[in-house]
Amino acid sequence: MALELQTCPSATEASAALMGGGKSYLGGGTLVVRAVNEGDIGITGYVRSTDMALKAIETSGGRARLGASVTMADIIGTVDLAVLAPAAKMIGGPAIRNVATVGGNLFAASPYGDFTVALLALGATIHFAEGEMGIDAFLAVRDGVTAERGIVTAVSFDIPATERFRFLKISRVKPKGVSVLTIAAAIGTDAGGSVTDARIALGCMADRPIRAEAAEQALVGSDLSESGIAKAVEVIGEGTTPITDPIASAWYRAEVLPVHFRRLMLD
Amino acid sequence: MARVPVQFTLNGQERAEFIESGSTLLSVLRDRMGDTSPKGGCQQGTCGACSVIVDGELRLSCLTLAETCEGASIETAAGLANGSELHPIQKAIVEGFATQCGFCAPGMVMAIKVLLDAKPAPSREDVVEAISGNICRCTGYEPIIQAVLTAARSNSQQAV
Repeated sequence: MALELQTCPSATEASAALMGGGKSYLGGGTLVVRAVNEGDIGITGYVRSTDMALKAIETSGGRARLGASVTMADIIGTVDLAVLAPAAKMIGGPAIRNVATVGGNLFAASPYGDFTVALLALGATIHFAEGEMGIDAFLAVRDGVTAERGIVTAVSFDIPATERFRFLKISRVKPKGVSVLTIAAAIGTDAGGSVTDARIALGCMADRPIRAEAAEQALVGSDLSESGIAKAVEVIGEGTTPITDPIASAWYRAEVLPVHFRRLMLD
Repeated sequence: MARVPVQFTLNGQERAEFIESGSTLLSVLRDRMGDTSPKGGCQQGTCGACSVIVDGELRLSCLTLAETCEGASIETAAGLANGSELHPIQKAIVEGFATQCGFCAPGMVMAIKVLLDAKPAPSREDVVEAISGNICRCTGYEPIIQAVLTAARSNSQQAV
């Protein structure tokens, strides 16, 4: 049976319409309509907003602000966001990328949510109808956060230089496939090649994207050589609880994580 | 549940219906408008059998709510042929034996049409990428890839 769709002109009104439970915000439909099609009876209706601000892409002064309804295809088509295009291209096939939104990706459970892995590495800020919070804090509370702060309206982050940002998604099917694991890293180095700061994010290594903090700490002060990254490779799996699904077991994911992390660091 | 009006252009024809709010585009096309060319496969956005073109963009009709297509121009595989004359993409697929059971074909040809509309002379990599959201369990994809490249060559020769 179809569920009623309520269309609101603003994010604030959409947030209010979601109160009372049961209704889900409709972005591109790749999570919510899919869940309904699969028989999720917990969803009792759809709410969406036609607020054009949710579709806006702003880039200035090295910082980007993406409305929550910005799609992966929009990101791929934005020259200023070229550094993130490889991450956006790894989301589904062309039809999915035409509708899959930045805001929706933030709520995707593993093994999905690859773009959020990139945003976590970038230390993005999540903007709501009311207020904002860092992505680390957001991911910790995301399941109930819209009831308190309203819908996500945008994400913002410093656009990384190409050499600073690394992204890798491993899947069994090429060019499109569900993630075995995803790694994103934002790494700064000084003139001598020593790592000055590092944020490393992992997908499929928990029920949602997580930071690899032990590996981050191990990298700082080292260089990105085989010996320099050895300690980080050794501890990259620390604190992870990989998922098991039809794509891969938790054991397999844990086994191959150091292999792919090493390759990404030496790339 | 109250019915809501929806109006859009389907393969060049103005269509209007009263539908249940929240209906997918797939169900409206198939059950209300009689266009059964988009297929309901996985209903999860994985197989691509329901692919249609909405305002020039490839969309999965199983995940698209019909109300969000108000005023849009929708193309489906049913609108490709000109009478008994197949569209060049359909012709290349038939002649290249690039379809067997045929279930994926209507979605596959729409993914290919979007590609060739944007890029009349695609590379093999372009083709692989364009059909990466469409699953075919019969052909192994190679005949489809070759058919697209054949259709593209045919188009370019006609253009000359």
